[in-house]
Amino acid sequence: MADASLGLWTVPLAVFGGAIRVSTPFLFVSLGECITERSGRINLGLEGTLVMGAMSAYGISYLSGSPWLGVLAAGITGALFGALHAGICSLPRVNDIAVGIALMLLGTGLAFFLGKPLIEPTAARLPAIDFGWWSDVPQLRAALRINVLFLIGVAIAPLLYWAFKTTRWGLLIRTAGESADAARAMGHSVLLIRLRATMVGGFLAGIGGSFLSLFYPGSWNEGLSSGQGITAVALVIFARWDPMLCLWASLAFGGAAALGPALQSVGITSGYHLFNAAPYILTLAIMIITCSPKRTLTGAPAELSITR
Amino acid sequence: MDFGRISRRHLLQGSAALALGSTLGIRGAAAAETTVGFIYVGSRDDYGYNQAHAQGAAAVKKLPGIKVVEEEKVAETDAVEKTIESMVNLDGATLLFPTSFGYYNPHVVKMAGKFPKLHFEHCGGLWSDKDPKNAGSYFGYIDEAQYISGIVAGYSTKSGKLGFVAAKPIPQVLRNINAFTLGARLANPKATTQVIFTGDWSMPVKEAEATNSLIDQGVDVLTCHVDGPKTMVENAARRGAMVCGYHVNQSPLAPKAYLTGAEWNWEALYPKFVKMIVAGEAIPNFYRGGLKEEIVKVSPYGEMVSAEARKHADDVKAKFMSGEYTIFKGPIADNKGKTVIAGGTDRGQQDPELEKMDYLVEGVIGATA
Repeated sequence: MADASLGLWTVPLAVFGGAIRVSTPFLFVSLGECITERSGRINLGLEGTLVMGAMSAYGISYLSGSPWLGVLAAGITGALFGALHAGICSLPRVNDIAVGIALMLLGTGLAFFLGKPLIEPTAARLPAIDFGWWSDVPQLRAALRINVLFLIGVAIAPLLYWAFKTTRWGLLIRTAGESADAARAMGHSVLLIRLRATMVGGFLAGIGGSFLSLFYPGSWNEGLSSGQGITAVALVIFARWDPMLCLWASLAFGGAAALGPALQSVGITSGYHLFNAAPYILTLAIMIITCSPKRTLTGAPAELSITR
Repeated sequence: MDFGRISRRHLLQGSAALALGSTLGIRGAAAAETTVGFIYVGSRDDYGYNQAHAQGAAAVKKLPGIKVVEEEKVAETDAVEKTIESMVNLDGATLLFPTSFGYYNPHVVKMAGKFPKLHFEHCGGLWSDKDPKNAGSYFGYIDEAQYISGIVAGYSTKSGKLGFVAAKPIPQVLRNINAFTLGARLANPKATTQVIFTGDWSMPVKEAEATNSLIDQGVDVLTCHVDGPKTMVENAARRGAMVCGYHVNQSPLAPKAYLTGAEWNWEALYPKFVKMIVAGEAIPNFYRGGLKEEIVKVSPYGEMVSAEARKHADDVKAKFMSGEYTIFKGPIADNKGKTVIAGGTDRGQQDPELEKMDYLVEGVIGATA
């Protein structure tokens, strides 16, 4: 490395690094939403949960000095928001999408309000593991400084896939999502299953938020999420309610988010707005290609209010 | 009177104030002091644009006989008109600082027409002679401070590659990028500035990605023009790069990486304005200036800034202070090779041509569209 520059190689490297850095919140929120939607309910409020998680993680990390306590606090906050969503939705004739939108506004508003004094201080951050020790290319080493939360997220995806397929819990969640009557006939409370599924979903989304404030970009401010939570909810539909596809879709979104800045950094400057919009164009394109008016989306849980 | 504009909250506050005023008879006593209102578009402790204004407001608060009212996160919509009405009617504000660029037209113009006896001072330099006389507009030539930052950056870079994380290619931003680059090339004629536009004023993830990509390209000194430089400063420092700040002093965020920075100096200007109003003097409708007029300033140098860099930067700063220095002095070519300022032409601080800047000078890697 004569001048420590990689030229055009920066672009694939940045997309790779971006996939790892940016994808984690998408991954956690989409996996959480995957569990919730498989049980037959949509929680659109995860954007609010993500922001609340980011704020509470930053606050607790700042006050206690332990970022891991912050992650836990974010998870608990998320689970509480999930419980709130499930609790309201268990009342008769309540629309889960409307409740979700209300909780999205509540979560972001509350986080901005409570997070006011947290904008200025600097909280303890989550550590990164250096997987690039073998390389002497600084850019690669930087890209391979990976946070444990990313690895946990990557591990949860196949675990969830396996759990949906083979475990009793997975079957119950799927039953509640496919046919509430069947679950009731088996003697299970659909509301209880959905409550738990929504709480777990919220827990994961909260942890996704803690990654934003405690690792990357790594500080609390009000523009932190800029819609990543809602994008991740859309990702679940895009990934056909399959945890493994959620993983790939999140990685693709993370990489796409890095594309715009990376192309500009190597001097490809025309149409950077277009490159910045790449993730959204990707979503639209795939949605249009896979949509059909003749049938419902493959893989969609039958009990979801959007498919019913 | 337009009752549609009065919200329930205002009504409650209004009736409470009325009740208090009539029972205690304190309205007369309150009028003895001057109330000044500050309105911010974002959060006032963002380590950026709004914090710079809030520091100015804090300086005004220290003046005797002055009461300051503030409201943050006021959108650039008719929300700002409601805030102004509430500050005027309920708090008795007679001087208002709506600090965000987009407040001016039509909102501030409309309010200035409605309250002709009050003073409105808007940050952005948008006043024209068609607008009400009680509205004024001020702005700072912060490119002078960016130029000094550029000189320090030019001496500090080892790779000769500088990075600039910018929001949008509008004239003010381009002027900062160009001044930074011209300053850097005084110190190191081969230095280049790689610019990345994120597309909006507050995009933390994009700003972090831009910072990382620039450093991956070998950039070792970065600066920015976004609303909250915190993300860029922290992420660059983590990667071991050096930074020049913007808006306010960010050195507490990265004391080992912070070289210097271009700051607003509202804490000098605002008390000056308030004193003028209290003394009954008129503030010029169009008030602008740079380092000399104390509207902008340069952050104290970080420890790692070399003696040579300090000396050169201080020399140029002294020339700005005496008003004898021009940044945009022809011949200047843009980064496509076209001459944008002909040889022999000096485009001084106040030159209106500079307000229309739509090019990046030679040495900047990037494009405006």
